[in-house]
Amino acid sequence: MSVSTDTVRRTPGGVGDSPVRPDGTFKVSGQFAYSSDLYMDGMLWGTTLRSPHPRARIRSIDVGAALKLPGVSAVLTHEDVPGEKVYGLEIADQPVLAFGEVRYQGEPVAIVAADHPETARRAATLIVVDYDVVDPVCDPREAVGHPFWKQVHDEPGERTAMSRDKAPVHPEGNIVRHQRVRFGDPDAATADVVVHGDYEVGMQDQAFLGPESGLAVPGEDGGVDLYVATQWLHVDRRQMAGALRLPEEKIRLTLAGVGGAFGAREDLSMQVHACMLALRTGRPVKMVYSREESFFGHVHRHPALMRYEHGADREGRLVYVRAHVLLDGGAYTSSTPAVVGNASTLGVGPYVIPHVAMDAWGVYTNNPPCGAMRGFGAVQAAFAYESQMDKLAAAVGVSPVEIRIRNAMSEGSILPTGQVIDSPAPVADLMLRLEAMPLPAPAAADIRLLPGGVSNTTHGEGVRRGVGYAIGIKNVGFSEGFDDFSTALVRLELVGDEPSVLVHTAAVEVGQGLVTVQAQIARSELGVERVTIAAADTQVGSGGSTSASRQTYVTGGAVRAACEGVRSLLIERAVQRYGEGEYRLVDGQVESLRDGVVGDIASLLLDGAVERTAEWRHRPTHPVDEHTGRGDAHVQWAFCAHRAVVDVDVELGLIRVVELAAVQDVGKAMNPDAVLGQIHGGSAQGLGLAVMEEVQLLDGKLRNPSFTDYLIPTIMDMPPMRVEVLELADPHAPYGLRGVGEPPTISSTPAIVAAVRAASGVDLKRVPIRPEHLVAQGSRH
Amino acid sequence: MTIRVTMTVNGEPLTADDVWEGESLLYVLRERLGLPGSKNACEQGECGSCTVLLGGEVVCACLVGAGQAEGAEIVTVEGLGDGEQLATIQETFVDAGAVQCGFCTPGLLITAFDLLNRDPHPTDATIREALAGNLCRCTGYEKILDAVRLAAARQSSSA
Repeated sequence: MSVSTDTVRRTPGGVGDSPVRPDGTFKVSGQFAYSSDLYMDGMLWGTTLRSPHPRARIRSIDVGAALKLPGVSAVLTHEDVPGEKVYGLEIADQPVLAFGEVRYQGEPVAIVAADHPETARRAATLIVVDYDVVDPVCDPREAVGHPFWKQVHDEPGERTAMSRDKAPVHPEGNIVRHQRVRFGDPDAATADVVVHGDYEVGMQDQAFLGPESGLAVPGEDGGVDLYVATQWLHVDRRQMAGALRLPEEKIRLTLAGVGGAFGAREDLSMQVHACMLALRTGRPVKMVYSREESFFGHVHRHPALMRYEHGADREGRLVYVRAHVLLDGGAYTSSTPAVVGNASTLGVGPYVIPHVAMDAWGVYTNNPPCGAMRGFGAVQAAFAYESQMDKLAAAVGVSPVEIRIRNAMSEGSILPTGQVIDSPAPVADLMLRLEAMPLPAPAAADIRLLPGGVSNTTHGEGVRRGVGYAIGIKNVGFSEGFDDFSTALVRLELVGDEPSVLVHTAAVEVGQGLVTVQAQIARSELGVERVTIAAADTQVGSGGSTSASRQTYVTGGAVRAACEGVRSLLIERAVQRYGEGEYRLVDGQVESLRDGVVGDIASLLLDGAVERTAEWRHRPTHPVDEHTGRGDAHVQWAFCAHRAVVDVDVELGLIRVVELAAVQDVGKAMNPDAVLGQIHGGSAQGLGLAVMEEVQLLDGKLRNPSFTDYLIPTIMDMPPMRVEVLELADPHAPYGLRGVGEPPTISSTPAIVAAVRAASGVDLKRVPIRPEHLVAQGSRH
Repeated sequence: MTIRVTMTVNGEPLTADDVWEGESLLYVLRERLGLPGSKNACEQGECGSCTVLLGGEVVCACLVGAGQAEGAEIVTVEGLGDGEQLATIQETFVDAGAVQCGFCTPGLLITAFDLLNRDPHPTDATIREALAGNLCRCTGYEKILDAVRLAAARQSSSA
């Protein structure tokens, strides 16, 4: 039986506390070594030559002039790739270096190593590539409408071990995946109230601040050591082994400091290139992308075109939803199949709907490849279904909050895939709590707080206020039958007479605070305050990806499991020493449940260290049927809701978000401060998508690959937030926790757009909103 | 052609040889003087990650030519504390949870340090305006505001 935690002694800094980050002091003093900070004597600098064309055949590549430049050590092309010439997360179709054809602007064609980054850049400009330019496929509607016309790929790529088990993938034609969901009898369903909408989401960039970078060091055994910023060391290594034609054990990866990720580090960037150059030259090679190159060097969030039809009764209770979601996957597969899986299985939102017909497609085009970004397929659909819910509320004459409560799913509800929601789903409660929060004061007198801000564009004339609500649903962990696990080694030993825990995993800290929470788990499970987190590397088993809001759940589960093993061994020693009984470890002491403290943990460790390694997986998920979407695809769902308050200058089309309020159920707040940090940061990225962030393309070419032209929210754009956190335990998850990182990114976008619609009266169909959407052809009513 | 650049960084006179004339102050600090604390995230003065004090002024080190820094007094994130003790603003960034990935942190610390030197009791609007040139992608800025407020409070109570 559990005892009230108020009366039981706890180990400080454990689960539920908010201890400071173990890497915090290093990060504020400039001592923390990010992947771009690494240095070795004699190292070379690598750089990449990329295609200027979205689509072209390569007639020839001449590296002669580049090689002759003093200071240049190597210039490599596809001919120098030692092993597999293509790689990929789910489908191996992306060339390490282009051969035959380039399929997007920015595709790597050649790599250079030189003694100075400027020398390397100049050498790259001396490489002569003879291109035969071909018309690119830029419109995803064109790609899906004519699957065998203007194919982006001549041949299908090969499935990798990363492919979701039996997940339907169609590399033929331009359709990567077409997933249908059919629930009830959507063809026959009719309704009293019907609302339609076409919606569009632009291409968003993760815009982490620390560009792609790393240092490759050739090993004496013919292998290579790579220090790199990534999201999943082991899956990088697997792909690298194929390309480098090396056994995995000869490729040793160590995580360098990661300057944010948000999905953009799931695919390989410079990993293979730096290792090829290091192995060729026999010298350490450092590669660091510039910001411009970074925009070309990683996948983006899929842009989406969506058509939704919602039917409801006169009270607004949903009868059916019919939806088409078209996701532009760009030139290579990346994680498009899984993104389509999320968009289809979660694409009607957290509502009870008797009849559903959903079709989601991911397609190839010659646009930049798209893949993982925070929210992963759930973001795009949420903008559409939440816009529809507001339309429905207006059509039946109820409030946005009321329409969502009337249709809210709850524990026991059935998703359109047939899967039962078997843990708390407080959708209605989240909406009620949001509505109950106080509203901010009317428009400010300080012009810095008005739309246009310090640009001094208004003193309040033409400024209208609006309020909007939205809620989203996100799966946690890898879905659709993927074997999703993590590994943790935990050792408890005496260090200078004090008990100390070492936790070693390959799970990647990207800033979210996984290192903090791993230590918290060890403290709570082992009753020891002193915990060291070893550097993440491939010397221990896979930690799985730092994505899908999964690390606290899965690596947290692995750390707990390993701690339980260590604890059992230690308690055996306690039984031998103190006799039969029940013992617990807390705050450095061994407590008998009957007699209280009987000794300290340190004395039990005099016999030597105790170590355990655990591999831990969440309960299995299952593939969905290609034609009906039937299947228990997901392991857990997470819910966040937002209320946005905005001021809009309806004459100039300028928007200021005045306040964002959020309520999120996190199951268990493992580290309450870090939970808030995730909600704040995720909400900010959703704000960016709503009002400013878009990778703009013209005929397949990026128009704004810089922080001058691709805008992310500054501290002036991001408003104060009110946040409420619920802790409704999920009985299936460690500590009852729910993944936290992605849900706040999903609902903040539609909430802000709803507020802008309310303020302006303009029926907005696209994000990000641009001034001309509000003032030019605005259908004000 | 290369040049020699001499400057005082965090109170210490330092010299870099073989500097290519196109190198920035940021490159010299990071790659030649062993001070990688200042970060390169955009190299065009938009993100503030490379912010340092040059002659007491807040600048983006990526926009300053190495030669322009000849003879200058530079303060980087490595020089904010006194070697033993972190500066108050460094402590409060950790305590307030203002650090996630931390890549923007060095630049924000320099900017906030400069703000609090000029205005020990800034309003929220003033903090926002002062930090508007420093991008952060992780935190949504809420806890960065908390950290600056906390540093102002701690410095005024200890003054």
